[in-house]
Amino acid sequence: MASYIEMPKLSDTMTEGTVVKWRKALGDKIEIGDVIAEVETDKAVMELEAFDEGTLGEIYVGESAKAKIGEKLAVLVAEGETAPPKSHAATMPQKASAAAAGTVSSPKVPAQSAPVSGTRIKASPLAKKIATASGLDLSSLKGSGPGGRIIARDLEPVGHAPVPPIAPPAPAEASRRIPLSGMRKIIADRLLASKTQIPHFYLNIEVDAGELLRLRAQINEQLEKAGRGKVTINDFILKAAVDAAVKVPRVNASFATDAVVEYTDVHLSVAVALDEGLVTPVIRQAQKKSLREISEAVKDLATRARSKKLKPEEYQGGTITVSNLGSYGIESFSAVINPPQAVILAVGAIVKKPVVNARDEIVPAHRLAIGLSADHRVVDGAIGAQYLAELRRLIENPLSMLI
Amino acid sequence: MAYDLIVIGGGPAGYVGAIRAAQLGKKVACVEKDRVGGTCLNWGCIPTKSLLRNAELFHLMKLRADECGFSFDNLRYDWSKIIKRSRDVADKNAAGIEYLFRKNKVDYLRGEASLESAGVVSVKAAGDKTQKLEAKNILLATGVVSRPLPEFPFNNKTVIGSREAMVLEKQPASIVIIGAGAIGVEFAYFFNAFGTKVTLIEMMSAILPLEDTEVSLALEKAFAKQGIKVLTGTKVVKTATGKEGVKISVEGKTTETLEAETCLVAIGVQPLLPGGISLQLTPRGFIQTTDRYQTSVAGVFAAGDIIGPPLLAHVASYEAIQAVEGMFTDHAPKRINVFPSCTYCQPQVASVGLAERAAKERGLKFRVGKFPFSASGKARAVGEVEGFVKILFGEPHREVLGAHIIGAEATEMIAELGLAISLEATEEEIEATVHAHPTLSEAVHEATGQAFGSAIHI
Repeated sequence: MASYIEMPKLSDTMTEGTVVKWRKALGDKIEIGDVIAEVETDKAVMELEAFDEGTLGEIYVGESAKAKIGEKLAVLVAEGETAPPKSHAATMPQKASAAAAGTVSSPKVPAQSAPVSGTRIKASPLAKKIATASGLDLSSLKGSGPGGRIIARDLEPVGHAPVPPIAPPAPAEASRRIPLSGMRKIIADRLLASKTQIPHFYLNIEVDAGELLRLRAQINEQLEKAGRGKVTINDFILKAAVDAAVKVPRVNASFATDAVVEYTDVHLSVAVALDEGLVTPVIRQAQKKSLREISEAVKDLATRARSKKLKPEEYQGGTITVSNLGSYGIESFSAVINPPQAVILAVGAIVKKPVVNARDEIVPAHRLAIGLSADHRVVDGAIGAQYLAELRRLIENPLSMLI
Repeated sequence: MAYDLIVIGGGPAGYVGAIRAAQLGKKVACVEKDRVGGTCLNWGCIPTKSLLRNAELFHLMKLRADECGFSFDNLRYDWSKIIKRSRDVADKNAAGIEYLFRKNKVDYLRGEASLESAGVVSVKAAGDKTQKLEAKNILLATGVVSRPLPEFPFNNKTVIGSREAMVLEKQPASIVIIGAGAIGVEFAYFFNAFGTKVTLIEMMSAILPLEDTEVSLALEKAFAKQGIKVLTGTKVVKTATGKEGVKISVEGKTTETLEAETCLVAIGVQPLLPGGISLQLTPRGFIQTTDRYQTSVAGVFAAGDIIGPPLLAHVASYEAIQAVEGMFTDHAPKRINVFPSCTYCQPQVASVGLAERAAKERGLKFRVGKFPFSASGKARAVGEVEGFVKILFGEPHREVLGAHIIGAEATEMIAELGLAISLEATEEEIEATVHAHPTLSEAVHEATGQAFGSAIHI
């Protein structure tokens, strides 16, 4: 049975895509997962994989042509089956396409099939001969000769050239190349700069979260009765991080080459995981906000972050960051500083475990591990310790955060 | 005021590197103690080509005039004019480089440079005036000079190096040439063509020992026919200089004492290190460099003969450009690996890539194609039937591994095969290339065909 390959939605903002290149030719057998084409979105060129198997029966959208999301690009047919024309295949409604089907057709790739479609591969005669003899696909190689030409040493070492290949042949089909999204590139640049340029040091504490859990249960009971949204453990931790930063202002600071800048306002960055990366939306002047206000702000920011509706000013200008991987079951970890900030808190999950109490009894308790990564140019160990001690005091006496 | 680059030495590495850096918008000075152009232009490649052209013409008239229908009652030459033409050619070329320096705004400083430290060069000009110059980068391109035979020092009269050999005021009646590399072989041809009694001594088993053995043997035969006495596998055991000339005792296939008016020592060269701070050297005394042509001192680079073999002008220029582009652009400098070698005696010798014995030593599988000029129509027409084209093709892919030509115009024909190796061309591409008829280059096509059984004329 014929199965259609449609233009997929490859980014949030994508409405149409351009077929850059067909990697398969008419008549080629297609397996699930084969890369059949390269599609350019508004953001990047991505590979289009087959979700079905069959023979490439017809190509409806030629190279360099655009197609709307959902529009049919090609059809896979079973052996012996003839490919239906594109107009018969309208499972997605297309404006005016039925009417125009008889007269207008999308550009088609010429019917003759070439072993390698489209662009010429620049390779030396010797490289081509070696490739043919050893069954290597030149299109999978990167050339090191003049102008990126593939030369013999780019292939397996030949007898007279005992030089290790500069670019080892890519293992066929074993890896996938994912072009960097803008977000991934920013993450890569900023965190590389952070980890290589900032002298990180790390402090860890474990606090008792028993009181926090009890208070949260009480508050949520009342909020539920009032028909209002609940507060989370993380909301309390965020509030504690802000209040502690007010007490120990040195952590709410930046290194500025010839000075350390301590900020008056605490603009709290909260790490939010997305499918393709993470963002750190900012709760402005968090020191002026109540627990409930922080809770509402973070809910709103996280929701809009996930639907990519944040404005730049909403994720820029933070002065201190909290990253919480507790909901992923992580008990403790160390985070990379979000420059130009001086510290980041790494919050783990609340874990029930035995502890020795003040009366030397082993009792069950709810424990929470918190890590602090600090820029040693700004914060020394003792300051970091003071900040964590204040954080502990607040979390273990959560009522103080409500006053 | 600091330069971006100071180049020490104005030869094919130095002047080319200086101009390239200036083209990249850098502030450049080039210091030369003798004359810009270096050995190549003043005392090597270029003036000897002028001498050899004279020799070739005279030789041709002497040997082939009758065959071509010419006759002379009194064929004569003026030795001083032969030397003068060679010097004029060198002068004109050097002036050309001075013009290129002005055009590219390279500061040209005459004097002896010394490397004071990374970034500082002192230049002692005539009259002992010394100035200190600062540079962010320094390129050493000081080259090499002729190496004397131990206990047989140059005396500029009876025991000479190549530099003196090309400006001899009087043609020697006899000369012994020790060393049959390119220099020794070219001078042997030159002096013999004008009737000097020439003995050529080589310690190795063949003349031009770096060339393919078959070519060396063919040249040895041609030289013997021209009247040059060639002693291969022969060692100099004793030397003496007297008023009348030199006495040189040799041991080899025969033991004898040779007497001659002059002895040209062409056994090789030695590095000419710049004065000043010491740099790390190779075991043979050349300056040790990295793949980026960087010496053991940061900011100090070196290129050309001073960093060791291959000691060729075209290699030196290539290295200097690589070094300079590595300094000032994001270009990753390359080391040369394929380069032609040319010797300009008659018959000429030219090669690129592997000699047959090198291919065997590496255990490569290969096939040889060979075509003699005696089977070439053009060679017959111009009366240059000596020599052959020999090409080595790898198996199984038939890529060109090496090519060796001996014969007239061999040095002009080798470029095609250099391109073939650079492009990794195989037998197929040469075979598919139509070579003009009638040309000597057809022999390249035919030698290719001969390797795989498709040659027509043999």
